[in-house]
Amino acid sequence: MTQILLRQDHTGQCLSFGQYCDAGGFEALRTALGGMSPNDVQQAVIDSGLRGRGGAGFPTGKKWSFVPRNLPGPRYLICNCDEMEPGTYKDRVLLEQNPHILIEGMALTCYALGVEHAFIFVRRGYEQAAANLRTAIGAAKQAGFLGSDILGSGFSLQLDIHQSAGRYICGEETALINALEGIRANPRVKPPFPAVKGLWGQPTVVNNVETLANIPAIIAHGPTWWKGLAATPEAAGTKLFCISGHVRNTECFELPLGTPLGKIIDGPCGGMRPGSTFKACIPGGASTPYFTREHWGVAMDFDPVAKAGSRLGTGGIIVFDQNTCMVAATLNLTRFYARESCGWCTPCREGLPFLVHTLEKIEQGLGTESDPDILREHVHALNYAFCALAPGAMGPVEGLLRLFEDELREHITKGRCPFGD
Amino acid sequence: MIPHQDYKTEADRHDAMEQILRQHRHSPDALIEVLHFAQENYGYLPRELLGRLAEQLKLPPSLVYGVASFYHGFRLEPRGRHHCTVCTGTSCHIKGGTALLAELERRFGISCGETAPDGSFSLDSVRCLGVCDLAPLAVLDDDIISAETIDALADKVCQCLAEKSSTGKSP
Ligand SMILES: Cc1cc2nc3c(=O)[nH]c(=O)nc-3n(C[C@H](O)[C@H](O)[C@H](O)COP(=O)(O)O)c2cc1C
Ligand code: FES
Repeated sequence: MTQILLRQDHTGQCLSFGQYCDAGGFEALRTALGGMSPNDVQQAVIDSGLRGRGGAGFPTGKKWSFVPRNLPGPRYLICNCDEMEPGTYKDRVLLEQNPHILIEGMALTCYALGVEHAFIFVRRGYEQAAANLRTAIGAAKQAGFLGSDILGSGFSLQLDIHQSAGRYICGEETALINALEGIRANPRVKPPFPAVKGLWGQPTVVNNVETLANIPAIIAHGPTWWKGLAATPEAAGTKLFCISGHVRNTECFELPLGTPLGKIIDGPCGGMRPGSTFKACIPGGASTPYFTREHWGVAMDFDPVAKAGSRLGTGGIIVFDQNTCMVAATLNLTRFYARESCGWCTPCREGLPFLVHTLEKIEQGLGTESDPDILREHVHALNYAFCALAPGAMGPVEGLLRLFEDELREHITKGRCPFGD
Repeated sequence: MIPHQDYKTEADRHDAMEQILRQHRHSPDALIEVLHFAQENYGYLPRELLGRLAEQLKLPPSLVYGVASFYHGFRLEPRGRHHCTVCTGTSCHIKGGTALLAELERRFGISCGETAPDGSFSLDSVRCLGVCDLAPLAVLDDDIISAETIDALADKVCQCLAEKSSTGKSP
C-alpha cells in the first residue's frame, strides 16, 4: 500500500528538510518550474480527479479554474488548517510528521494560479504544527524554494502563517477570510465566491492542508499514477482517516480512497477494543450522519458515502460501541454546534440552542411524543441558515432520527435514558 | 510574533506593545496578531488595554471588544496560576470526558469556568482539542494528560498540579 502523505523519520519524529529532499522532495517543484506552464499544472490536477479533503469534496482543479486570470491586482492562496470539528485531527498529524510536503504543494499551487503571497491559517492549539511549519518555511527559503525568483524561474512566493484565535466557524472559507483580515469570523455572502472576490477583495483560493499536500505527488508521478492509488476505479488517490472512539488503535491512517468502512475498522484499527461491539460510527467528522453495521461494506469515497446517506467529510471516524447512548452522543455534538454558532443568522443562533434544549429534555427522560417531529422540522428548517454550519450540525440529528428512532422513542416512553446515567 | 518573554514591569509591557504595533505599522488588519501578543504579554486582555489598542489602530472600541470577546482564545479575565482544560468533545465524551470534568469540579471544589479564590488554579472545558487519538484527556498548562480510566486521569491531573505548585513553576 503506497503512502504519499504520512512520512516520519525512523524514530517517529518530524521529517527534516534534508530527509524530505533526499526522498525526492521538491523535485515536483523543479519539474514544474523547469518545463511546465501554470496551465499544465492545473490540467494535471484536473486530470487526477483530486477532490477537496476539507469536507465538501469539491473538485480541486475545477475550483482553481474559477479564478479570473485577467483582473488587476494580486491573487491569494489560503491553506485551511483550522480543523476544529470534533473527531478530526488528520491535518495536525500530517504537519507534525511532514510539513515540507504542504509547502511544496502550496508552491506548486501558487505557480499554477499566479499567486505570489499565500497564507496558512492554523488552528489555536496546534502550536507544534505551527512551529514545524515555521522551521520548514525557513529551510525552504534558505534552499531557494520560497522567496523571490525561485530556481531562476522568475516565479516568487511569500508564505505567511496566521495563528487563529479559535472559533470553529473560521473553518468556513469566507469566515476564515474575515478572520485573516482581523475581524470577527462571520461568513460572507456567496456569490461572489472567494475565487473571484476573497481576501481584501481579490481572487482567493482556499484549500485544505491535505488537498494541497497531494499536489507534489500528482506532478511528480503524473495524474494517472496518483489516481490509481485508490481502492476503486471511481476513487482517486489516498485519504487520511483519523480514528477515535472504541476501537483498539485510535490513530491516523493513510489508506486508499474507497477502502470499505469494515475493512478500515477490522484492519488498521485492529477491530473493536476488548469488551466492545460495534454499534455505529460517525464516518467523516462531526457534521456527518451516522453509519451502522449495515454500512460495513460502503466504500469510503465521496459518492458512495453520499449514496449511503452520509458524507465522507473530513475522514474523521468516531466509533461508538454498544454502551453508547445515541441521544447523548447527538446532544454532545449539538452542544458543540450551538456554542460555535457565530450568531450571524437567526435560524442558527436560535435554532441550535432550541435543539440542545429538546435533546436535553429527551435525554433526561422528560421528552414528549411530539419531540421527534419537532426535531425533524428543525432539521429541515436549519437548512435555510446563512452558511453551512447549521446544515452540518443537522447531520447527526438527521442520522439519529433516521437510524435510531426506536432508541429515541424508548427515552420518551420509559421516561429515562435506557443507558443509565 | 515576538517570542514570549516575561516582562517585569508595566513599562516593559508597554514598550513591548509599542514595538509590536510599530512592527505591524499600526495596521487595523493586524488586530488579531496584536491581541495574541497582548495576551501573551499581560496574561489576559484588560479592558483599558483594549481601549488603548482601539485608539492606536484607529478602530472603533466596539470592534476591538467585539473581536476580543468573539474568539475562544482571548480572555477578558485573568486565569489561575495553573489552568486545566478538560475536553468534552465527542471522542472524549464517549470515553468519559464529561465525567472527568465533574470529577475535577468535585476534587477542586470549583465549577467549570471558575478560578480558585486564592488564584492558584482555574478550570474550564473545550469541545475537541484535535488530539482525539488520545481521548479522554485534559490539558494542564501546556501538557496533555491522558489515561485509560477517569479516576486514573483525575489522579494524574492532581499529581501533576501538585508537582508544578511545589516547584513554583509558572506556565
Ligand atoms: C462550519 C464550517 C467549518 C469548516 N471547517 C473546515 C476546516 O476546519 N478545514 C477545512 O479545510 N475546511 C473546512 N470547511 C470547509 C471550507 O469552507 C472549504 O470548503 C475548504 O477549506 C475547501 O478546501 P478543499 O476544497 O481543499 O476541501 C468548513 C466549512 C464549514 C461550513
Ligand atoms: S474530542 Fe477530545 S480531543 Fe477531540
